[in-house]
Amino acid sequence: MNEIDETTVPAGFDTQVTEKLPGGGRRMVLNMGPQHPSTHGVLRILLELDGEIIQKAEPDIGFLHTGIEKQAETLTWQQVVTLTDRMDYLSNMANNLAYVLPVEKLLGIEIPAKAQWLRVLLTELSRINSHAVWLGTHALDLGAMTVFFYCFREREDILRLFEMFSGQRLMTSYIRIGGVALEPPRGWEKAVGRFLDGLSEKIDEYENLLNTNPIFLQRTQKVGYLSLEKLLDIGVTGPMIRAAGLNWDIRKSEPYSSYEKFDFDVPVYNESDVYSRFRVRLEEMRQSARICKQAMDGMPDGAWKADAPKVVLPDREKMKTQMEALIYHFKIVTEGFRVPAGEAYVPVESPRGEIGFYAVSDGTSKPYRVFMRTPSFGNLQCLSALFEGKLISDSIAALGSMDFVLGDVDR
Amino acid sequence: MLPDNLKDMAVPAAIEAWDSAVVTGGSHEFGETLLFVQPERIVAVCQYLKTQLKFERLSGVTCIDRFPAEPRFEVLYLLHSIARNERLKLKVALGSDAPQVESVTAVWAGADWYEREVFDLFGVKFHNHPNLKRLMMPEDWEGHPLRKDFPVHGHKYSYQND
Repeated sequence: MNEIDETTVPAGFDTQVTEKLPGGGRRMVLNMGPQHPSTHGVLRILLELDGEIIQKAEPDIGFLHTGIEKQAETLTWQQVVTLTDRMDYLSNMANNLAYVLPVEKLLGIEIPAKAQWLRVLLTELSRINSHAVWLGTHALDLGAMTVFFYCFREREDILRLFEMFSGQRLMTSYIRIGGVALEPPRGWEKAVGRFLDGLSEKIDEYENLLNTNPIFLQRTQKVGYLSLEKLLDIGVTGPMIRAAGLNWDIRKSEPYSSYEKFDFDVPVYNESDVYSRFRVRLEEMRQSARICKQAMDGMPDGAWKADAPKVVLPDREKMKTQMEALIYHFKIVTEGFRVPAGEAYVPVESPRGEIGFYAVSDGTSKPYRVFMRTPSFGNLQCLSALFEGKLISDSIAALGSMDFVLGDVDR
Repeated sequence: MLPDNLKDMAVPAAIEAWDSAVVTGGSHEFGETLLFVQPERIVAVCQYLKTQLKFERLSGVTCIDRFPAEPRFEVLYLLHSIARNERLKLKVALGSDAPQVESVTAVWAGADWYEREVFDLFGVKFHNHPNLKRLMMPEDWEGHPLRKDFPVHGHKYSYQND
């Protein structure tokens, strides 16, 4: 590092300040981001470096803050579903589900089995999609490019399925209060089955590509360690904490949407390094495929939305023939529906960890307050602990292993 | 005082036995337990819940603005015990005149950003917080956007009053 004359550094401009450390080394403050390619979003991290060792790391978030919680108070209960898609654009189904569950709890409506199973199927497809994007970009950060193309190929297949179900690729809003938005399209069994059939070989392919790659192994094994106590103290959830040896998955411990009827394993590793987080997510993709298969095989017949005329939109046919249905449709679309006063919270396992919406109703057709407990926000808090005392080159691997989405952090 | 329907439940009863004055109210709706706690005792209660009743995780901290009611702010703590597989909601009620409460970052390090967010968006001060500054909004932002009396379009950029 060249000596920098401190008199030439503008006041308040901290990126180039260097100062001597007691051992004779030099301290440098470096801004990583806000547009660093490895953060995959707008995140600024202030790094204090001693040579290549990170002394201090301070994340600076808020660049993407869109005020979704404030906006939610101006929309009807049903309209808020569309906002949840935009928070975490990689796991939109889990977000939709996490939002509708507490509202349905407040409304006290019964969701038919078919809707529950469709929700499980699409949430798990969403998990495979999210993990595939994570795996591809994480491998790309570490210099392995092929996996990125393969993962995005699978992602494309899942987005096509989403488009088939909801008419939308990313902002699906498919899960609605009282069921799902649309009847499953004709031929969906074949399309989903075709995708699932080839999936396990593709996951094996990712594993072979990376597990036999010495660069990937050296950059991930024994890198980015954090103890389980520390992770629990910070409140980290999801694959990161399962890679540290805690067998805790909300789908198992507090089942929602009939997850208790599905047979799957929770992958747990003990090393708590970047490599074990990779193993956990890879294994989760396999388990998700297993759940999807079960959901396909055992899909119940019947209605795909609840029998709650004041909440759920009527069928098109009924609207054309029955005055009553037309009135309900008009009422729901123009002013929404009233939700009884109360507060409810339902935790859901998103690909990133615990997502939950704390819905507060004052009895009107708009939410009084919706608190969005997003996993990325909670997980990103461990960044300082993960970085400090480590090499700057390892920080990229550690950052990627956290798998956060900045829209999910800032909301 | 603990409401009657909570007296039989393990966690509220344990808190009641530990200190009978600390819980000022509560409810049990939709299978979720909510306890109102004296604001000045929140750290002690959290410490007790973490060490004695195994609530090892803090899931989140947020605030509900009941404007224009008094006390206006309700700071909400979502607690979770993996060992007991149980969740608990704690609330403290704060008046609109300079709302402030002790920080629970000493109990769970993870309270850090959640309290900063509540400070930023609601203007509730947390004493003994290690780094209490704005998190989401710019440093020079005026007002606290999630308060009910803050307009949706923002004070400065409102095009209705021009």
